[in-house]
Amino acid sequence: MKAWFRSGQPWVWMNAGAVSISLVMVIGLLFLIAVRGLSHFWPADVRQMTYAEPGQDPVVMVGEQVDHEIITATRFQLTGVTLPDGMEEAGRTLLKTGNRDFYGLDFRWINDIWVENITYPEDIIALERREWGHFYGRLINVKQKDQVVAEGEAAWDEFLTRLDRSNDIGAEIKSIEKYDVGQINHDLEELRLDERRLQLDGIAKDSTAGQLAYQEIEAGRKLADEEYAKLRVVLDEMYIELARDSITVELADGQQAEIALSKIVQGFKPNAMGVGDKFAHYFHEMWKFVSGEPREANTEGGIFPAIFGTVTMVLIMSILVTPFGVVAAVYLKEYAKQGPVIRLIRIAVNNLAGVPSIVYGVFGLGFFVYFVGGSIDEVLFQARLPAPTFGSPGLMWASLTLAILTVPVVIVATEEGLSRIPRAIREGSLALGATKAETLWRTVLPMAAPAMMTGLILAVARAAGEVAPLMMVGVVKLAPALPIDTIAPYLHLDRQFMHLGFHIYDVGFQSPNVEAARPLVYATAFLLVMIIVMLNLTAIAIRNRLREKYKASEG
Amino acid sequence: MEAATQQTTETTNVARAIDIESISRGQKLNLADETIALEVKDFNLFYGDKQALHGVNMTIPKNRVTAFIGPSGCGKSTLLRCFNRMNDLVDSVRMEGDLKLYGDELNAPSVNVADLRRQVGMVFQKPNPFPKSIYENVAYGLRLQGVNDRATLDKVVEKSLKGAALWDEVKDRLHESAMGMSGGQQQRLVIARAIAIEPEVLLLDEPASALDPLSTLKIEELIHELKDRYTIVIVTHNMQQAARVSDYTAFMYMGKLIEFGATDELFTNPKEKQTEDYITGRYG
Repeated sequence: MKAWFRSGQPWVWMNAGAVSISLVMVIGLLFLIAVRGLSHFWPADVRQMTYAEPGQDPVVMVGEQVDHEIITATRFQLTGVTLPDGMEEAGRTLLKTGNRDFYGLDFRWINDIWVENITYPEDIIALERREWGHFYGRLINVKQKDQVVAEGEAAWDEFLTRLDRSNDIGAEIKSIEKYDVGQINHDLEELRLDERRLQLDGIAKDSTAGQLAYQEIEAGRKLADEEYAKLRVVLDEMYIELARDSITVELADGQQAEIALSKIVQGFKPNAMGVGDKFAHYFHEMWKFVSGEPREANTEGGIFPAIFGTVTMVLIMSILVTPFGVVAAVYLKEYAKQGPVIRLIRIAVNNLAGVPSIVYGVFGLGFFVYFVGGSIDEVLFQARLPAPTFGSPGLMWASLTLAILTVPVVIVATEEGLSRIPRAIREGSLALGATKAETLWRTVLPMAAPAMMTGLILAVARAAGEVAPLMMVGVVKLAPALPIDTIAPYLHLDRQFMHLGFHIYDVGFQSPNVEAARPLVYATAFLLVMIIVMLNLTAIAIRNRLREKYKASEG
Repeated sequence: MEAATQQTTETTNVARAIDIESISRGQKLNLADETIALEVKDFNLFYGDKQALHGVNMTIPKNRVTAFIGPSGCGKSTLLRCFNRMNDLVDSVRMEGDLKLYGDELNAPSVNVADLRRQVGMVFQKPNPFPKSIYENVAYGLRLQGVNDRATLDKVVEKSLKGAALWDEVKDRLHESAMGMSGGQQQRLVIARAIAIEPEVLLLDEPASALDPLSTLKIEELIHELKDRYTIVIVTHNMQQAARVSDYTAFMYMGKLIEFGATDELFTNPKEKQTEDYITGRYG
């Protein structure tokens, strides 16, 4: 036994054990969020059943099973349900019944003991709607301006054709409103600013210089108004077209309702789908989640703006933090006279990495947003005041705040890299008549590039996962526009943006519809992890290339 | 391990090697007839409180090979590194006395260190090619001077590599990384890099001590060829090598210059007892 201890085997086992535990935890976590998140997109079968609560009339229910658990009689007791004698435990099911506009709730726990006659009728349709969540029921007929155009068997195909048409019109309307009307609004805003600038400069309407300028602005306004009036006519026509069709549907309990096609995103018959269809639907749903915009307080639709915001913010942060950290590290390591002061600075830098991130958020808000941003507004965007441009939280300030949050990591990694460059290489360069700056620029810095990338990788990993400071300096629940678009200057650093981390918090904890939001939280979390992994892999690939290129002599 | 064995064999062979070399050299050298390249006068050097060089006086002749020999820590590398002011990089260094290149004081405040180092090139103990291509390594010094013309660079790279007897081995892979070369090739590349900027003086700090015997031989042949065009100062631990390659030899001990003279003289007929003890292997 003693010999075994002295052989060092116990240590090997202990270390290996620690590594395995970490691995199991990481893989388990990823597995959990992947399974919970990704299963959300699967079109599960919709069951129909008779639910007979004691003392009430039996009702027909239709819905999708979301969760199922077996609980004991005691716990049933607590929910006010007494199991029949002799039953120790029984199951209960979380049913997604949809139809929130009719029932008020779209998720319900039902107790298995009262369920009878479960069937999976193929004629049940599921509709994804723009409001009120899913609809489950049966299709009765399709109407065009209150005239029935198809009924019975033929109704479904007619519905699908007409749904495509209405979705196309909807997309076109959206595009016109976003781009054409957006451009007009932007032009009008520019004209307003021009006018305000003239007023600020003290140029009166009746002065010789002013006359022409004001006339020009008026002409511009008139032109824009005319443009808009033209578009308005087109849009009005399209809206009428959009409102043309509707369908009549029947709910599980027999009541009928009418739904306008403009309110429907897509319809499908889950019970009639084969495995192939279901897979196609699954990937389509996933794609919609990744590429679409959120709806209904973020509990439906996609998260593209959040992905876009996160990636843009991290990229801008990287562009800001790398030069800043590298320059600081070069000064500390190469130029500053090593002594107590530098040692103190180095300790301070290292400790900066340990400051709670919310503190950076407060700092960013106070310094960047109010002070720097406010000053920029006063100097450059005076015409827009009192509406702030840079004086309010935005992409620029969020990126900068995260940059100062992560700069210690880059400094430390770069310093480490600089100290690993062999002295012989520096002397070789100096001996050829290079100055210190030339040596740094041509030889030392390229060789330290892999170390800088290591710092950047750590910085990206930290920044992409950070949420708390962002809530103060630029992230919002729902951003009206992406930070990059087709209106000059294309990259809008002053805009607020959406972020996956904040999206998780918002959907998970601020959402009115907890059950609907839960799978989205997992899916979003999974996506955030994937994006961080992807950003890191890219950085690692770049680093490995650099490392190969600047491999220094080792012998 | 291998190197150590080699060292002992070489030491025992010193006497014989010296005889052969001095015969083959054939001509008698006299310091008084030479043009002076470098001049050291009453030179003291301190690392903090510790004095590393004590009152060194020496003249290094132009277009000759001068070797510094002596036991480890005797100050020969320190002295060598003064000639292109490499010691500037050490914080605590302090110097007294004169150090002149063609009569001009090296340590004068008006001297541009970068220009000086262009005139006085240096090759280090361990091959230190940059992690760039062979071509870029040789072109490095020229690019520093702002030469970016492709044709000029091509010409100088070829000439320098030929000058360092490396051209035939690398002409087909000029744009491959220099890190893939053997140690001996790397050291010749570093010499090519140094002569590409046409220095006046070439300082070699134990250039062959990290190399195998065959590569060492090539470097020594190269030194022979280069001395027509450059003033060469070489520091070596290997007395056989000093005897083979140098025209003049300085023996240093404990930071003092003990003896300086024509190599043939110094090895066959040392004036000082310490020199004799050292070259016959009694200590060091």
